[in-house]
Amino acid sequence: MAELNTGDGGGGKGGKVRSKKQNSKVDLTAMVDLAFLLITFFMLTTSLSKPQSMDLSLPDKNEDPTKDKDLKVDEKRTMTIMMGENNKLVYYMGLLDAPIAGPKDIAYGKDGIRRELLARKKSVIEYTGNKDKGIIVIIKPGTKSKYKNLVDILDEMAITGVGTYAIVNDFQPKEKELLEKK
Amino acid sequence: MAKIKMKKKSTSTDMTAMCDVAFLLLTFFILTATAKVPEALPVDTPASTVQSKLPDSDLAIITVGKGKVFFDIKGREIRKRTLEGMGAKYGITFSEDDKAKFALMDDFGVPIAGLKQIIDMKAADRTKAGQPGIPLDSLDNQLKDWLLVSRRATIDLDDKELQIAIKGDAKEEYPKIKKIMDILQDQKINSFNLVTGMRGKDF
Repeated sequence: MAELNTGDGGGGKGGKVRSKKQNSKVDLTAMVDLAFLLITFFMLTTSLSKPQSMDLSLPDKNEDPTKDKDLKVDEKRTMTIMMGENNKLVYYMGLLDAPIAGPKDIAYGKDGIRRELLARKKSVIEYTGNKDKGIIVIIKPGTKSKYKNLVDILDEMAITGVGTYAIVNDFQPKEKELLEKK
Repeated sequence: MAKIKMKKKSTSTDMTAMCDVAFLLLTFFILTATAKVPEALPVDTPASTVQSKLPDSDLAIITVGKGKVFFDIKGREIRKRTLEGMGAKYGITFSEDDKAKFALMDDFGVPIAGLKQIIDMKAADRTKAGQPGIPLDSLDNQLKDWLLVSRRATIDLDDKELQIAIKGDAKEEYPKIKKIMDILQDQKINSFNLVTGMRGKDF
Protein backbone atom coordinates (compact mmCIF):
# COMPACT_ATOMS: atom_id res chain seq x y z
CA MET A 1 0.00 0.00 0.00
CA ALA A 2 2.69 2.37 0.91
CA GLU A 3 4.28 4.08 -1.98
CA LEU A 4 7.96 4.32 -2.12
CA ASN A 5 9.40 7.24 -3.87
CA THR A 6 12.44 5.89 -5.51
CA GLY A 7 14.12 8.90 -6.81
CA ASP A 8 17.12 8.04 -8.96
CA GLY A 9 20.34 8.61 -7.24
CA GLY A 10 22.19 8.98 -10.50
CA GLY A 11 23.10 12.57 -9.91
CA GLY A 12 23.22 14.26 -13.31
CA LYS A 13 25.20 11.83 -15.30
CA GLY A 14 23.65 12.86 -18.51
CA GLY A 15 23.79 16.52 -17.61
CA LYS A 16 20.12 16.93 -18.45
CA VAL A 17 18.02 18.53 -15.73
CA ARG A 18 14.90 16.50 -15.51
CA SER A 19 12.08 17.82 -13.37
CA LYS A 20 11.08 15.13 -10.96
CA LYS A 21 7.53 13.85 -11.25
CA GLN A 22 5.84 14.77 -8.00
CA ASN A 23 3.56 12.18 -6.50
CA SER A 24 0.30 13.93 -5.63
CA LYS A 25 -0.96 11.16 -3.36
CA VAL A 26 -0.36 11.31 0.34
CA ASP A 27 -0.14 8.11 2.23
CA LEU A 28 -3.02 8.13 4.67
CA THR A 29 -2.54 4.67 6.13
CA ALA A 30 -0.79 5.76 9.25
CA MET A 31 -3.29 8.52 9.83
CA VAL A 32 -6.24 6.14 9.52
CA ASP A 33 -4.52 3.73 11.85
CA LEU A 34 -4.17 6.40 14.43
CA ALA A 35 -7.73 7.61 14.00
CA PHE A 36 -9.17 4.16 14.51
CA LEU A 37 -6.99 3.56 17.50
CA LEU A 38 -8.32 6.71 19.12
CA ILE A 39 -11.89 5.81 18.19
CA THR A 40 -11.54 2.46 19.85
CA PHE A 41 -10.09 4.11 22.91
CA PHE A 42 -12.88 6.63 23.26
CA MET A 43 -15.57 4.09 22.53
CA LEU A 44 -14.34 1.74 25.21
CA THR A 45 -13.66 4.35 27.83
CA THR A 46 -17.07 5.99 27.52
CA SER A 47 -18.91 2.77 28.22
CA LEU A 48 -16.45 1.38 30.73
CA SER A 49 -16.13 4.45 32.85
CA LYS A 50 -19.56 3.78 34.30
CA PRO A 51 -18.92 2.15 37.62
CA GLN A 52 -19.76 -1.48 38.09
CA SER A 53 -22.01 -2.37 40.91
CA MET A 54 -23.20 -5.30 42.89
CA ASP A 55 -26.78 -5.67 44.01
CA LEU A 56 -27.36 -6.44 47.62
CA SER A 57 -30.74 -7.12 49.12
CA LEU A 58 -31.10 -7.42 52.83
CA PRO A 59 -34.09 -8.72 54.75
CA ASP A 60 -36.42 -6.31 56.44
CA LYS A 61 -34.90 -5.15 59.66
CA ASN A 62 -38.00 -4.28 61.63
CA GLU A 63 -39.22 -7.79 61.48
CA ASP A 64 -39.31 -9.54 64.79
CA PRO A 65 -35.92 -11.17 65.22
CA THR A 66 -37.47 -14.13 66.97
CA LYS A 67 -39.51 -14.86 63.91
CA ASP A 68 -36.47 -15.84 61.94
CA LYS A 69 -35.50 -18.44 64.46
CA ASP A 70 -38.85 -20.14 64.10
CA LEU A 71 -37.99 -20.84 60.53
CA LYS A 72 -36.60 -24.31 60.84
CA VAL A 73 -33.68 -25.03 58.66
CA ASP A 74 -31.79 -28.26 58.51
CA GLU A 75 -28.47 -27.41 60.11
CA LYS A 76 -26.75 -29.83 57.77
CA ARG A 77 -27.47 -27.38 54.97
CA THR A 78 -25.87 -24.37 56.58
CA MET A 79 -22.36 -23.20 56.17
CA THR A 80 -21.09 -20.35 58.28
CA ILE A 81 -18.31 -18.14 57.04
CA MET A 82 -16.70 -15.72 59.46
CA MET A 83 -14.37 -12.94 58.50
CA GLY A 84 -11.80 -11.52 60.86
CA GLU A 85 -8.83 -9.24 61.01
CA ASN A 86 -6.03 -9.47 58.41
CA ASN A 87 -8.05 -11.41 55.85
CA LYS A 88 -8.71 -14.24 58.25
CA LEU A 89 -11.48 -16.51 57.15
CA VAL A 90 -13.03 -19.30 59.20
CA TYR A 91 -15.76 -21.61 58.07
CA TYR A 92 -17.72 -24.50 59.46
CA MET A 93 -20.66 -26.60 58.38
CA GLY A 94 -23.66 -27.20 60.57
CA LEU A 95 -23.77 -26.13 64.19
CA LEU A 96 -20.64 -25.02 65.95
CA ASP A 97 -21.22 -27.41 68.84
CA ALA A 98 -21.52 -30.36 66.52
CA PRO A 99 -19.91 -29.31 63.27
CA ILE A 100 -19.97 -31.52 60.21
CA ALA A 101 -16.80 -29.96 58.96
CA GLY A 102 -14.39 -27.45 60.40
CA PRO A 103 -14.15 -25.00 61.97
CA LYS A 104 -11.18 -24.40 59.80
CA ASP A 105 -9.15 -21.47 58.55
CA ILE A 106 -9.30 -21.04 54.83
CA ALA A 107 -7.94 -18.64 52.25
CA TYR A 108 -9.83 -16.33 49.95
CA GLY A 109 -9.90 -16.97 46.24
CA LYS A 110 -10.33 -19.86 43.89
CA ASP A 111 -8.16 -22.38 45.67
CA GLY A 112 -9.57 -21.61 49.07
CA ILE A 113 -13.11 -20.81 49.86
CA ARG A 114 -14.42 -21.21 46.31
CA ARG A 115 -13.37 -24.82 45.98
CA GLU A 116 -14.86 -25.57 49.37
CA LEU A 117 -18.10 -23.78 48.52
CA LEU A 118 -18.52 -25.64 45.26
CA ALA A 119 -17.86 -28.99 46.91
CA ARG A 120 -20.22 -28.26 49.77
CA LYS A 121 -22.89 -27.02 47.44
CA LYS A 122 -22.79 -30.30 45.56
CA SER A 123 -22.81 -32.44 48.67
CA VAL A 124 -25.74 -30.56 50.18
CA ILE A 125 -27.84 -31.10 47.08
CA GLU A 126 -26.92 -34.78 47.17
CA TYR A 127 -27.93 -34.90 50.80
CA THR A 128 -31.32 -33.23 50.36
CA GLY A 129 -31.98 -34.76 46.99
CA ASN A 130 -33.76 -31.59 45.98
CA LYS A 131 -32.30 -28.98 43.70
CA ASP A 132 -34.30 -26.21 45.35
CA LYS A 133 -32.95 -27.04 48.77
CA GLY A 134 -29.37 -26.07 48.31
CA ILE A 135 -26.74 -24.80 50.66
CA ILE A 136 -27.46 -21.88 52.95
CA VAL A 137 -24.49 -19.67 53.66
CA ILE A 138 -24.35 -17.46 56.72
CA ILE A 139 -21.87 -14.64 56.34
CA LYS A 140 -20.57 -13.16 59.55
CA PRO A 141 -18.29 -10.19 59.05
CA GLY A 142 -16.39 -9.48 62.23
CA THR A 143 -15.96 -5.99 63.58
CA LYS A 144 -12.35 -5.91 62.48
CA SER A 145 -12.94 -7.19 58.99
CA LYS A 146 -12.59 -4.87 56.07
CA TYR A 147 -15.23 -3.90 53.57
CA LYS A 148 -13.20 -5.67 50.90
CA ASN A 149 -13.64 -8.97 52.73
CA LEU A 150 -17.40 -8.60 52.61
CA VAL A 151 -17.39 -7.81 48.91
CA ASP A 152 -15.04 -10.72 48.25
CA ILE A 153 -17.35 -13.17 49.97
CA LEU A 154 -20.44 -11.74 48.28
CA ASP A 155 -18.56 -12.10 45.04
CA GLU A 156 -17.83 -15.74 45.80
CA MET A 157 -21.55 -16.24 46.29
CA ALA A 158 -22.16 -14.81 42.84
CA ILE A 159 -19.40 -16.90 41.26
CA THR A 160 -20.40 -20.19 42.85
CA GLY A 161 -24.07 -19.49 42.29
CA VAL A 162 -25.15 -19.81 45.89
CA GLY A 163 -28.53 -18.14 45.94
CA THR A 164 -29.38 -18.28 49.61
CA TYR A 165 -27.10 -16.38 51.89
CA ALA A 166 -27.53 -14.03 54.77
CA ILE A 167 -25.36 -11.46 56.46
CA VAL A 168 -25.57 -11.95 60.19
CA ASN A 169 -23.94 -9.61 62.62
CA ASP A 170 -24.18 -11.27 65.98
CA PHE A 171 -21.52 -13.63 67.16
CA GLN A 172 -21.65 -16.37 69.69
CA PRO A 173 -18.84 -16.10 72.25
CA LYS A 174 -17.33 -19.29 70.94
CA GLU A 175 -17.28 -17.96 67.41
CA LYS A 176 -15.59 -14.80 68.55
CA GLU A 177 -12.93 -16.87 70.21
CA LEU A 178 -12.34 -18.79 67.00
CA LEU A 179 -12.00 -15.61 65.04
CA GLU A 180 -9.59 -13.95 67.42
CA LYS A 181 -7.41 -16.99 67.81
CA LYS A 182 -4.22 -16.60 65.87
CA MET B 1 6.71 -19.33 -25.72
CA ALA B 2 4.38 -16.45 -25.39
CA LYS B 3 4.97 -14.35 -22.42
CA ILE B 4 1.87 -13.64 -20.36
CA LYS B 5 2.10 -10.12 -19.25
CA MET B 6 0.56 -9.51 -15.88
CA LYS B 7 -1.24 -6.26 -15.62
CA LYS B 8 0.44 -4.10 -13.11
CA LYS B 9 -2.06 -3.29 -10.41
CA SER B 10 -1.64 -0.38 -8.13
CA THR B 11 -1.40 -1.61 -4.57
CA SER B 12 -2.46 1.61 -2.94
CA THR B 13 -6.05 2.24 -2.03
CA ASP B 14 -7.64 5.56 -1.65
CA MET B 15 -7.82 6.22 2.04
CA THR B 16 -9.38 9.65 1.94
CA ALA B 17 -12.94 8.52 2.56
CA MET B 18 -11.92 6.13 5.28
CA CYS B 19 -9.92 8.81 6.94
CA ASP B 20 -12.88 11.17 6.81
CA VAL B 21 -15.18 8.67 8.46
CA ALA B 22 -12.64 7.76 11.09
CA PHE B 23 -12.13 11.35 12.10
CA LEU B 24 -15.85 12.08 12.10
CA LEU B 25 -16.41 9.24 14.53
CA LEU B 26 -13.44 10.30 16.56
CA THR B 27 -14.81 13.82 16.92
CA PHE B 28 -18.17 12.42 17.94
CA PHE B 29 -16.72 10.22 20.65
CA ILE B 30 -14.46 12.92 21.99
CA LEU B 31 -17.35 15.35 22.28
CA THR B 32 -19.74 12.88 23.89
CA ALA B 33 -17.20 11.61 26.38
CA THR B 34 -17.68 13.27 29.71
CA ALA B 35 -14.67 14.72 31.36
CA LYS B 36 -13.91 13.07 34.65
CA VAL B 37 -14.08 15.42 37.56
CA PRO B 38 -11.78 14.66 40.46
CA GLU B 39 -13.73 13.29 43.37
CA ALA B 40 -13.81 15.10 46.65
CA LEU B 41 -13.14 11.85 48.46
CA PRO B 42 -11.12 9.44 46.34
CA VAL B 43 -11.77 5.85 47.30
CA ASP B 44 -10.31 2.60 46.11
CA THR B 45 -13.30 0.35 45.54
CA PRO B 46 -12.94 -3.38 46.00
CA ALA B 47 -13.16 -5.53 42.89
CA SER B 48 -15.86 -8.02 42.01
CA THR B 49 -16.78 -10.16 39.04
CA VAL B 50 -20.40 -9.05 38.98
CA GLN B 51 -20.96 -6.77 36.05
CA SER B 52 -24.08 -4.74 36.36
CA LYS B 53 -23.90 -1.06 35.63
CA LEU B 54 -25.24 1.70 37.76
CA PRO B 55 -28.05 3.83 36.36
CA ASP B 56 -27.31 7.37 35.21
CA SER B 57 -30.18 9.10 36.90
CA ASP B 58 -32.22 8.78 40.08
CA LEU B 59 -29.16 7.62 41.91
CA ALA B 60 -27.61 8.61 45.18
CA ILE B 61 -24.08 7.53 45.96
CA ILE B 62 -22.82 7.36 49.51
CA THR B 63 -19.05 7.37 49.50
CA VAL B 64 -17.31 5.95 52.52
CA GLY B 65 -13.60 6.24 52.98
CA LYS B 66 -11.07 7.22 55.64
CA GLY B 67 -13.87 7.22 58.17
CA LYS B 68 -15.70 10.00 56.36
CA VAL B 69 -19.00 9.86 54.56
CA PHE B 70 -19.76 11.86 51.44
CA PHE B 71 -23.01 12.13 49.57
CA ASP B 72 -23.79 12.62 45.91
CA ILE B 73 -27.01 12.69 43.94
CA LYS B 74 -27.21 12.37 40.17
CA GLY B 75 -29.68 14.52 38.29
CA ARG B 76 -29.78 18.30 38.40
CA GLU B 77 -33.45 18.80 39.14
CA ILE B 78 -33.38 16.33 41.98
CA ARG B 79 -30.35 18.04 43.47
CA LYS B 80 -32.08 21.41 43.37
CA ARG B 81 -35.20 20.04 44.97
CA THR B 82 -33.17 18.23 47.62
CA LEU B 83 -31.25 21.35 48.56
CA GLU B 84 -34.50 23.26 48.89
CA GLY B 85 -35.90 20.56 51.13
CA MET B 86 -32.80 20.39 53.30
CA GLY B 87 -32.72 24.18 53.58
CA ALA B 88 -36.30 24.21 54.77
CA LYS B 89 -35.61 21.46 57.27
CA TYR B 90 -32.58 23.10 58.82
CA GLY B 91 -33.74 26.70 58.45
CA ILE B 92 -31.09 27.77 55.97
CA THR B 93 -32.09 29.70 52.90
CA PHE B 94 -30.24 29.02 49.69
CA SER B 95 -30.42 31.53 46.86
CA GLU B 96 -31.27 30.58 43.29
CA ASP B 97 -27.63 31.03 42.45
CA ASP B 98 -26.62 28.59 45.17
CA LYS B 99 -29.09 26.03 43.89
CA ALA B 100 -27.87 26.33 40.33
CA LYS B 101 -24.30 25.84 41.49
CA PHE B 102 -25.24 22.94 43.72
CA ALA B 103 -26.97 21.25 40.80
CA LEU B 104 -23.69 21.18 38.90
CA MET B 105 -21.57 20.05 41.81
CA ASP B 106 -20.43 16.55 42.64
CA ASP B 107 -20.12 14.85 45.95
CA PHE B 108 -19.79 16.80 49.14
CA GLY B 109 -19.13 15.93 52.74
CA VAL B 110 -19.87 18.80 55.07
CA PRO B 111 -22.50 19.42 57.71
CA ILE B 112 -25.39 21.38 56.26
CA ALA B 113 -24.25 24.57 58.01
CA GLY B 114 -21.01 24.55 56.04
CA LEU B 115 -22.54 23.65 52.71
CA LYS B 116 -22.86 27.24 51.55
CA GLN B 117 -19.13 27.71 51.85
CA ILE B 118 -18.48 24.66 49.72
CA ILE B 119 -20.97 25.80 47.10
CA ASP B 120 -19.20 29.15 46.81
CA MET B 121 -15.84 27.50 46.20
CA LYS B 122 -14.38 26.76 42.81
CA ALA B 123 -14.51 23.15 41.71
CA ALA B 124 -10.78 22.71 42.05
CA ASP B 125 -10.77 24.08 45.59
CA ARG B 126 -13.52 21.78 46.79
CA THR B 127 -11.32 18.73 46.63
CA LYS B 128 -8.65 20.51 48.63
CA ALA B 129 -11.02 21.91 51.21
CA GLY B 130 -10.64 18.97 53.56
CA GLN B 131 -14.33 18.33 54.01
CA PRO B 132 -15.03 16.60 57.31
CA GLY B 133 -17.81 14.30 56.10
CA ILE B 134 -21.51 14.29 56.75
CA PRO B 135 -22.44 13.78 60.39
CA LEU B 136 -24.33 10.57 61.00
CA ASP B 137 -24.29 9.88 64.70
CA SER B 138 -27.50 9.40 66.56
CA LEU B 139 -27.64 12.99 67.83
CA ASP B 140 -27.13 14.68 64.50
CA ASN B 141 -27.94 12.29 61.70
CA GLN B 142 -27.84 14.48 58.64
CA LEU B 143 -27.21 11.64 56.24
CA LYS B 144 -30.60 10.25 57.14
CA ASP B 145 -32.21 13.59 56.32
CA TRP B 146 -30.33 13.89 53.04
CA LEU B 147 -31.56 10.47 52.07
CA LEU B 148 -35.13 11.14 53.11
CA VAL B 149 -35.33 14.49 51.35
CA SER B 150 -33.67 13.27 48.17
CA ARG B 151 -35.92 10.23 48.01
CA ARG B 152 -38.95 12.41 48.37
CA ALA B 153 -37.63 14.76 45.68
CA THR B 154 -37.15 11.83 43.29
CA ILE B 155 -40.68 10.61 43.87
CA ASP B 156 -42.05 14.13 43.35
CA LEU B 157 -40.14 14.77 40.16
CA ASP B 158 -39.80 11.43 38.44
CA ASP B 159 -42.29 9.28 40.28
CA LYS B 160 -39.54 6.78 40.92
CA GLU B 161 -37.76 5.36 43.91
CA LEU B 162 -34.24 6.69 44.37
CA GLN B 163 -31.57 4.06 43.92
CA ILE B 164 -28.87 4.03 46.54
CA ALA B 165 -25.33 2.92 45.96
CA ILE B 166 -22.61 2.56 48.55
CA LYS B 167 -19.11 3.26 47.35
CA GLY B 168 -16.82 2.08 50.04
CA ASP B 169 -13.08 2.03 50.26
CA ALA B 170 -11.67 -1.49 50.20
CA LYS B 171 -9.81 -0.89 53.44
CA GLU B 172 -12.72 0.62 55.29
CA GLU B 173 -13.67 -1.26 58.42
CA TYR B 174 -16.87 -3.22 58.22
CA PRO B 175 -18.67 -1.56 61.18
CA LYS B 176 -18.61 1.76 59.35
CA ILE B 177 -20.27 0.21 56.30
CA LYS B 178 -22.70 -1.55 58.56
CA LYS B 179 -23.69 1.76 60.08
CA ILE B 180 -24.58 3.09 56.64
CA MET B 181 -26.53 -0.07 55.90
CA ASP B 182 -28.36 0.36 59.19
CA ILE B 183 -29.32 3.92 58.32
CA LEU B 184 -30.62 2.70 54.97
CA GLN B 185 -32.51 -0.16 56.54
CA ASP B 186 -34.07 2.15 59.09
CA GLN B 187 -35.71 3.82 56.12
CA LYS B 188 -36.78 0.48 54.73
CA ILE B 189 -34.27 0.58 51.93
CA ASN B 190 -33.41 -3.07 51.86
CA SER B 191 -32.01 -3.25 48.40
CA PHE B 192 -29.07 -1.22 47.27
CA ASN B 193 -25.93 -1.41 45.19
CA LEU B 194 -22.31 -1.71 46.17
CA VAL B 195 -19.99 0.03 43.76
CA THR B 196 -17.11 -2.25 42.83
CA GLY B 197 -14.29 -2.42 40.36
CA MET B 198 -13.90 -5.13 37.78
CA ARG B 199 -11.81 -8.26 37.87
CA GLY B 200 -11.72 -11.67 36.30
CA LYS B 201 -12.84 -14.87 37.98
CA ASP B 202 -9.35 -16.18 38.27
CA PHE B 203 -8.05 -14.83 41.52
